[in-house]
Amino acid sequence: MITLLRTYWSTFLTGFGWTILSSCIALVASLLIGSIMAVFEVVPNKTLRTIGTVYVEIFRNIPLLVIVSFFYLVIPMYVVKINGFTAGTIGLTIYTSAFIAETVRSGIKSINIGQMEASRAMGMKYVQAMRFIVLPQAFKVVIPPLGNQFINLVKNSSVLAFVAGFDLMYQGNAIASQTFATVNTYLIVGAFYLVITLPISYYMRHLEKRLA
Amino acid sequence: MSMIEFRKVQKYYGKFHALKDIDLEIDKGETVVLIGPSGSGKSTLARSVNGLETIQSGQLIVNGRDIADKKTDINRIRTDVGMVFQHFNLYANKDVLENIMIAPRIVLKMNEDENKKNAMALLDQVGLADKAHNMPSQISGGQAQRVAIARSLAMKPRCMLFDEPTSALDPEMIDDVLGVIKYVTSQSDMTSLIVTHEMGFAQEVANRVIFMDDGQILEDDKTDVFFKNPSNERARQFLSKIISH
Repeated sequence: MITLLRTYWSTFLTGFGWTILSSCIALVASLLIGSIMAVFEVVPNKTLRTIGTVYVEIFRNIPLLVIVSFFYLVIPMYVVKINGFTAGTIGLTIYTSAFIAETVRSGIKSINIGQMEASRAMGMKYVQAMRFIVLPQAFKVVIPPLGNQFINLVKNSSVLAFVAGFDLMYQGNAIASQTFATVNTYLIVGAFYLVITLPISYYMRHLEKRLA
Repeated sequence: MSMIEFRKVQKYYGKFHALKDIDLEIDKGETVVLIGPSGSGKSTLARSVNGLETIQSGQLIVNGRDIADKKTDINRIRTDVGMVFQHFNLYANKDVLENIMIAPRIVLKMNEDENKKNAMALLDQVGLADKAHNMPSQISGGQAQRVAIARSLAMKPRCMLFDEPTSALDPEMIDDVLGVIKYVTSQSDMTSLIVTHEMGFAQEVANRVIFMDDGQILEDDKTDVFFKNPSNERARQFLSKIISH
């Protein structure tokens, strides 16, 4: 195992780097899009509410691999040429954002309606009340499930392997097929994923305690 | 000159007719107390004044602007109309001082120094200057309600709505809150609409008392007339039940 790691360390690290990059981009983007969709789902405006609901129901109910394949195979045929990494990251973002939207929405719903009413009664606009009063409280409530979503996101980024996204899984597959050291390769790949996901777990728990 | 004017206002929750044909005028500087059994529509009436409840027909004119008119900027009206809730509704993620300062900052764009000075002065007025940096969860109900009143006053409103401000409080905290409300209503240019079950307090502060039942205004009289000799039978029943204990 040590020899394998020594020989292929740069390949593993390259995969590790792409996985982290994809995960970071998808995390920030899906948190943003998910939060916006969550707010869409609860606003008084019916059109926005429909947009939010349709978005969530479509993208959380289609397999991630289908969404990613769509961006990798279909979009380049009709719209614009994108590489596997980009297609994978976009797919990952959209898929995860649907779950984050549901998570954040449940957080918003758990905040007493009086918080919104008091904000509005003071003359704040709906968006201001959301931004300054309701959302900060809602996020605090949903830190644990949000942590789950982040961890799922990192693990799901392995879907990039199917669209030549150069990520950890992709490099692992390549090394395994070259060396036939299947067991050791995937043990190392698994360990690299833990290096990303365990700190997230730990950090979310820390955040939960600090804000409680 | 009237501050609040209801003209033939109707409000429905689905099929339920919550406000029936409300006609009501409240003059500038007046203190009006709204009483009636629960479910009679008094909270709904108060909450419609700042648009927290929307009305289905009629006109509701607040400070010269018709709330029912779609072109009216409701946020503009709300800066003139303060509201105090039964359950305080202090922002749980902000400390006491920030609760008071946030709306003047983002709605009125008030200068930060002036805002803070103003907020501290208000806290001092309600006797809670030492609680400025406490979170809402760290103060008592009576203190929270006094902060809520200070928060409303920070917007320098022309009119205040009190929606059962003492109903959620322990008995020994009610007096402090009523004292603050009394002070607020005594300002000569402040118009107040108070929904309450505190009859003694109503007698003390109100210029007028309105009795509601079943979504209708059944009696609207000067305070002493209302308490001594209410003309409406239903109001008389209600008073006899409440005052007996």
